[in-house]
Amino acid sequence: MDTLLLKAGGWLAIVFFAFIAMVLAADAGFAVHMAIIALAAGITLWVTINKADYAAIGRGILKAPDPGVYDDDPIRWGVIATIFWGIAGMAVGLIIALQLAFPVLNLNNEFTTFGRLRPLHTSAVIFAFGGNALIATSYYVVQRTCRARLAFPGLARFVFWGYQLFIVLAATGYLMGVTQSKEYAEPEWYVDLWLTIVWLSYAAVFIGTIVRRSEPHIYVANWFYLAFILTIAMLHVVNGLSMPVSLLGSKSYAAFAGVQDALTQWWYGHNAVGFFLTAGFLAMMYYFVPKQAERPVYSYRLSIIHFWSLIFLYIWAGPHHLHYTALPDWAQTLGMVFSIVLWMPSWGGMINGLMTLNGAWDKIRTDPIIRMMVLALAFYGMSTFEGPMMSIKAVNSLSHYTDWTIGHVHSGALGWNGMITFACLYYLVPRLWGKERLYSLRMVNWHFWLSTLGIVLYAASMWVAGIMQGLMWREYGDDGYLVYAFSEVVSAMLPMYLIRAAGGLLYLAGAIVLVYNVWMTIAGKQRDEKPMTETPHNEDLDKPIVGKPAVAPAE
Amino acid sequence: MNYETLRHLSDSFGLLFLTFTFLGFIGWTFRPGSRQKHEEAAHMIFEEDQDDG
Repeated sequence: MDTLLLKAGGWLAIVFFAFIAMVLAADAGFAVHMAIIALAAGITLWVTINKADYAAIGRGILKAPDPGVYDDDPIRWGVIATIFWGIAGMAVGLIIALQLAFPVLNLNNEFTTFGRLRPLHTSAVIFAFGGNALIATSYYVVQRTCRARLAFPGLARFVFWGYQLFIVLAATGYLMGVTQSKEYAEPEWYVDLWLTIVWLSYAAVFIGTIVRRSEPHIYVANWFYLAFILTIAMLHVVNGLSMPVSLLGSKSYAAFAGVQDALTQWWYGHNAVGFFLTAGFLAMMYYFVPKQAERPVYSYRLSIIHFWSLIFLYIWAGPHHLHYTALPDWAQTLGMVFSIVLWMPSWGGMINGLMTLNGAWDKIRTDPIIRMMVLALAFYGMSTFEGPMMSIKAVNSLSHYTDWTIGHVHSGALGWNGMITFACLYYLVPRLWGKERLYSLRMVNWHFWLSTLGIVLYAASMWVAGIMQGLMWREYGDDGYLVYAFSEVVSAMLPMYLIRAAGGLLYLAGAIVLVYNVWMTIAGKQRDEKPMTETPHNEDLDKPIVGKPAVAPAE
Repeated sequence: MNYETLRHLSDSFGLLFLTFTFLGFIGWTFRPGSRQKHEEAAHMIFEEDQDDG
């Protein structure tokens, strides 16, 4: 009872302080955020008081969780949050794609301009969709491979809800123009501090579970998850170093200035790609691909070499975002060289994943989940080939600042991160909700083809748009003047922007098929459908030939 | 500790330290008897008494 009272009192104090901060706020954005925090703490207070088991407290016996089952509640919430934020983020992506084609869709309103919606899209798909998928799958994988329950169940739940609060604060901040203007690190100082608390709690839950493991060996997927968690903590803290103007205002100034700030930002930005979107999702690959294929990973040794090579190389590749800038030339070359060396581990990892299917290749035909995983690995290979190529200075002088970059990012994000996440969701949902199978495998197949077609339209149109843009920008006439005005380049992009939006629409449609399929699976329904494969058997022909002489050889 | 000393430290001992640490980690996976250990590790997610689906 005392702890309950202490907890409720703590939440009440947070409501109180957030309310005071809201009243004294220096700007409107900060006031809205404090109101959101007060509301979140208020809801938690209400839940704490209402859901407490008073009868058990009265008897002095608290219901202990069953140590014989895995702690899957936060994973179930995480699966739902992943899908929810995924749909939201992809829908915003489609809107901003259409805004580029039809500027009138900016609605002549500061809250709905491209500049405010764009970080909403990137953060929603990377950190809300991807981040929830990573947290949920890491909780799943670390328990199964360590054969132990989550170390700190209360903290694990705090990580889930705290991360959702971070997403809401970040997203509302972007719409109100609260940003520190660092790509993929837009949230302001107080939201950064909150994320640091949540992230360190996440690290504690994950490492605590590994420490409690009953398996002597730490399976390689956990190495990737651990690298992802620790590196993101380091990147976030260093890149977020800043000085707030007022403790009651949202504005802050970065600790670094000029080119140092730029390099810190792209050290962060590139390793967000390297450790969030690569190492974390590779962890998913190293557990779920072997499980779905029912075959061990092709080479465990290669997986360890893959791991150490990624860790040692990725961290140096960031300067390739700053070619031909004020950054010293040697640093640009260093970034380029390390990016090219990264070809090796990336392709080693892709081959390791694909070859896991060695001897089970027929599953690509019969199992649409495996098909998604293979597509994800193929796109991992393609985008990790394209990335180093674009980091070469000569190529970068053409590709940088064009839509080629956008095409590259989306072949990685939609192809690799999206598809491996969808495959893992399809793997997890029947298991987490105790269902025999998914509602429909054929709908997974529909999802696969809608997404694939969407990615093809997206990537191809952006390649054309980007290369065209780059060539038009650098086109000089005989008189020594640039041939094209910027506005002419913009109007030449319209057809490609329309194709891109069509690709995005198909990808979103695929994700909506997933929502329906997952919804019906959780509801316990099974669609009556033809199986994905049938090897035909003709009973009539399955007998020996009687009464006919053997054909005589021709002479 | 100014920029120049850090710069010289990183392109001499820092570089050597990271290179040899890396080669050590890679070399470790080729130690005698590692094949058997890797085989077991790769199969640990399929152990029969573990029913996680």
